[in-house]
Amino acid sequence: MVEPDPTLRYVERGGASVLEVGGTWTVFSMGRLRTAIDKARRSTDGGNRAAANRVDATQLHRLDTAGALEILQLAGGGPDTEVQTAEERHAELFKVVRDNMCVPPKPRHVDWITHWLEELGRDLIGLGKQTAALSAFIGEIVVVFLGACVQPRRFRVGAIVRQMLEVWIKALLIVGVLTFLIGVVIAYQGVQQLRQFGAETFTVEAVGIGMFRELGVLLTAIIVAGRSGSAFTAQIGTMQVNQEVDAMRTIGLNPIEWLVLPRILALVLAMPLLAFWGNMTGLLGGAVACTIYLDFTFVQFFDRLRDTVGIWHFYTGMIKSPVFGFIIAAIGCFEGLQVRGSAESVGQLTTRSVVESIFCVIVLDAVFSIIFLLANV
Amino acid sequence: MSAEGGQIVDHSDGREVVLKLRGVRTQFGDHVIHDKLDFDIFRGEVVGLVGGSGTGKSVLLRTIIGLNPLRSGTIEILGVDSQAVSGRQQQALQARTGVQFQDGALFSSLSVADNIIVPIREHAGLDESLMQSIAGLKIAMVGLPPDTGDKKPSELSGGMRKRASLARALALDPELLFLDEPTAGLDPIGATHYDELIDQLRQSLGLTVLMVTHDLDSLNAICDRIAVLLDKRVVVGTMDEMLAYDHPWVREYFHGPRGRAAIRQE
Repeated sequence: MVEPDPTLRYVERGGASVLEVGGTWTVFSMGRLRTAIDKARRSTDGGNRAAANRVDATQLHRLDTAGALEILQLAGGGPDTEVQTAEERHAELFKVVRDNMCVPPKPRHVDWITHWLEELGRDLIGLGKQTAALSAFIGEIVVVFLGACVQPRRFRVGAIVRQMLEVWIKALLIVGVLTFLIGVVIAYQGVQQLRQFGAETFTVEAVGIGMFRELGVLLTAIIVAGRSGSAFTAQIGTMQVNQEVDAMRTIGLNPIEWLVLPRILALVLAMPLLAFWGNMTGLLGGAVACTIYLDFTFVQFFDRLRDTVGIWHFYTGMIKSPVFGFIIAAIGCFEGLQVRGSAESVGQLTTRSVVESIFCVIVLDAVFSIIFLLANV
Repeated sequence: MSAEGGQIVDHSDGREVVLKLRGVRTQFGDHVIHDKLDFDIFRGEVVGLVGGSGTGKSVLLRTIIGLNPLRSGTIEILGVDSQAVSGRQQQALQARTGVQFQDGALFSSLSVADNIIVPIREHAGLDESLMQSIAGLKIAMVGLPPDTGDKKPSELSGGMRKRASLARALALDPELLFLDEPTAGLDPIGATHYDELIDQLRQSLGLTVLMVTHDLDSLNAICDRIAVLLDKRVVVGTMDEMLAYDHPWVREYFHGPRGRAAIRQE
């Protein structure tokens, strides 16, 4: 089906300027219109054109709302624009469009420095509010936790076990593989660098202390934040979108007790277990690398580890891990409950949850370093 | 059933068939939902699709618009066999039909105006300023206040989302419009305005409308014909024919207290 192109011209009729249109004026045909419009404008003198509030649409072939809108806009767009049509349905269309036409609001123009300051201010206020809200949330968790200590059936054991399966058992493989690889890498780098001083046997200390104090628990925390923290936000956020959380409140179920506490307890329990597992696989990686690059046997590696790396190196990491687990779970659940309205909000807050929990984990790690330094362990 | 296309009597009146279903069968696993279903819609009419829960109203709608696989049979939309089209023809066909989903299904990351512009940009590609004014026009046409364009779907009420979704469905001035429960969840005033809006749009834009609805007032006020899903097939007829139709479900539906109340108002 070949449709005639849209046509238009401005003509003088009875002393007034009239816009004459013909052909097909639809949303699909108007892409071909730009050149025609420009030509028609050039062929008339500029003065009359703006005042053309009469339209002759008797030669129109097909018309839709987009076409009628453009014609009225070209004619000057006033509500008193007179339109002559040949067909009843075209007249009807012009009427509908004229009744509903509106001037699109002009976008507010702001120079970039004002805009930047505005954004900065908004972000700072947001940060303050966020911190206050998170503190309040942690307070609420503590209250519910204490309440559950008095009434132990309010620890939802079933939910905790289900969450443990997700955040602990199902994370073992990825945590194991990654820490193993990091163990190999550290040992390899240690051997390379320390060999220059003839101190390559100290690689064992490098791997052992590095893993126990920092890497094992930090890597695990980062994996868990990406894996479980994000899942918490997405799960609770989707429930929030579906009004499931509201439904829980109306039934008298406290979402903190049913959704948040089981996740937090599961992660507080799972993090030390995972970090321990990560330490072991990391050491195994280091030991494997040492047998390859140092001609150590496994027995030599672990003998030296036992003799030179004090037990407190191990404890420091283990002390940190439940705290990291708590903060990851708390942020994950908190952001999930912040979700409002849309699917997009779930995505935004999931991203925010991961970034915030990794940020908090690293800040807390620094705080722990200072504490351990002061405590001399 | 005497006439073709599930009709009780022949309503074609020489009009063009814009939607033609023949021998349509849909099933999920072993569960057959529609079988040997014939259904015709003619240009310019508004058809209401009703049926009990689980009779597959939404499934039929989704099958027609291509979101559900068709097990056998043919569906012709605007004279084109929708099973046999190439990708480009399919796109062209989609540009000539519009769908309003039950809960709006507006893109949550875009403003309402951008939601309306998306199909225009994809299929027609006009000047940014013209697309903006078209969006403004559609927003006004569906009876939303002008500042709605800048809002995100999550900032709108349920009824406003339905209207915004209709505005998006109307973006390309489709010939055939599918509405899924358009007045469900609207207050009676809003629902009446909505019916009037559809009626006005039908007259001015020459729309053909297929709407899944349970709103007996809408069925009575704006639907030219009513399609009832019965025993995996469709029976189509005018309100009067439905009132006279002898089937227990149909009788209960149209002669029940709500049905009587809606029809009495005439």
